[in-house]
Amino acid sequence: MTDDTLADYNFAYLDEQTKRMIRRAILKGLAIPGYQVPFASREMPMPYGWGTGGVQVSAATLTPDDTLKVIDQGADDTTNAVSIRKFFEKTAGVATTTRTAEATVIQTRHRIPEDDLTEDQILVYQVPIPEPLRFLEPRETETRKMHALEEYGLMHVKLYEDISRHGHIATSYAYPVKVQDRYVMDPSPIPKFDNPKMEMPAIQLFGAGREQRIYALPPYTKVVSLDFEDHPFDPSKAPHPCGLCGAADSYLDEVITDDQGGRMFVCSDTDYCESRRAAGHTGSLTEDAA
Amino acid sequence: MTRDDAVTPLLSVRDVTKRYGARIGCAEVSFDLYPGEVMGIVGESGSGKSTLLNCLAGHVPPDGGKVIFDTRAEGPRDTLSMSEPERRMLGRTDWAFVHQHARDGLRMGVSAGGNVGERLMAVGARHYGDIRDKAIDWLGRVEIAADRVDDRPTAFSGGMQQRLQIARNLVTGPRLVFMDEPTGGLDVSVQARLLDLLRGLVRDMGLSAIIVTHDLAVVRLLAHRLMVMKDGHVVETGLTDQVLDDPQHAYTQLLVSSVLQV
Repeated sequence: MTDDTLADYNFAYLDEQTKRMIRRAILKGLAIPGYQVPFASREMPMPYGWGTGGVQVSAATLTPDDTLKVIDQGADDTTNAVSIRKFFEKTAGVATTTRTAEATVIQTRHRIPEDDLTEDQILVYQVPIPEPLRFLEPRETETRKMHALEEYGLMHVKLYEDISRHGHIATSYAYPVKVQDRYVMDPSPIPKFDNPKMEMPAIQLFGAGREQRIYALPPYTKVVSLDFEDHPFDPSKAPHPCGLCGAADSYLDEVITDDQGGRMFVCSDTDYCESRRAAGHTGSLTEDAA
Repeated sequence: MTRDDAVTPLLSVRDVTKRYGARIGCAEVSFDLYPGEVMGIVGESGSGKSTLLNCLAGHVPPDGGKVIFDTRAEGPRDTLSMSEPERRMLGRTDWAFVHQHARDGLRMGVSAGGNVGERLMAVGARHYGDIRDKAIDWLGRVEIAADRVDDRPTAFSGGMQQRLQIARNLVTGPRLVFMDEPTGGLDVSVQARLLDLLRGLVRDMGLSAIIVTHDLAVVRLLAHRLMVMKDGHVVETGLTDQVLDDPQHAYTQLLVSSVLQV
């Protein structure tokens, strides 16, 4: 630990008993992929909705040798990402990075990094509402029963409603998936573009602080996005290349640049975009400047 | 009785009892329901009609008795000793339950098509076009125009909601329908149309049904047989016309004579 670590706190803020409790929930979650494990979520020094679940899972996962990366909507430099990174710098004294490849633990909100993750990495998601059936069936007792008995017809009713109203499946984020042919899971509000990436070598952990649920995907778990035979799943993205690095395969943010209808599309993954630009790739906007 | 030898009853109820503490919900009710038969259960409020229906449909666990249903795959089985997934599967396929208030049986935030399609999707339908065609077909059968398929039930009148609930229940081709006051809360002309529709559907699909109601006109039109309940006990059973035209039990006589004549 470095000297500017807060001495009065245990490593990574939470006490060891709490971390053991969370680790038990994580292990159970890994043993039953996609199943929501209840855990005794603690009060964290940040408001609900800012990643209290993800922070607790990260705290229970971190070791002093880890390198932490925190992203918010793909970016390393937004408020949420910066404050959580600082939080662990202070309370755990772990090394932090913005480089996806160098990180061992990545806490994320709403994105999966563009770079492929490896077996040595853990991806921790911040989850606002872990229950995929919540907006269709408000009773927790009933949704638990539906999970237990694998009654997932209702999930397709939501997709049916999308098609009947919009002509296509308009759900573009938090797109429900079926894990290992068993549990239907909410992949947290990642864009559906990221859904196919969830079959990956890294461990994926999901923490919902307010709802007190943890769930997990072991490496290489089968993750299938739900769809209809005549309306197959489509991991869509904006049909543009990145304006800064020219990448055609990354998920893009649309940024309004003036009030004349001007706009630009840039990679939402800032690390991916920066490393591409450092390697000499240019987009339509950077070419103009050069 | 030659019928007993020839046909297996679709539903055999034996000594079904439900107590609420010291009070009796329904006590030792037994009857057989044969395929294609419609049975009415009448009685005053609090006589245990709805308790009995909920016990039969598996919504409330009874304190004793047997409910034996003639399943398609395995023949007669006691639904009370079935595992819960099996019972819930029956509830989605071979059974249907029409609630008194359409709001209890419908998803009010989901379009009419989605409401009808839910049961199809629950048993594994995954082709949007097919589900939608079937939903529109069923809306037509219950006299709801095809252009209302994307409207929510909140935009429907009470009678339409009730018809939608019936379509939603019958879309998987159930063999047994439980109805709890299907015409309650509807005005008489709408009631008449609904009864007409139900009678047609029951006849065309060869449905068996158990109808709980306190409206004697409903059972006169729909039910083949009648069971009269009072204070949780069955006080009289028989053919509908026989019971209504020549009531034997004092309570049945009171019930029949209480109907207002217009």
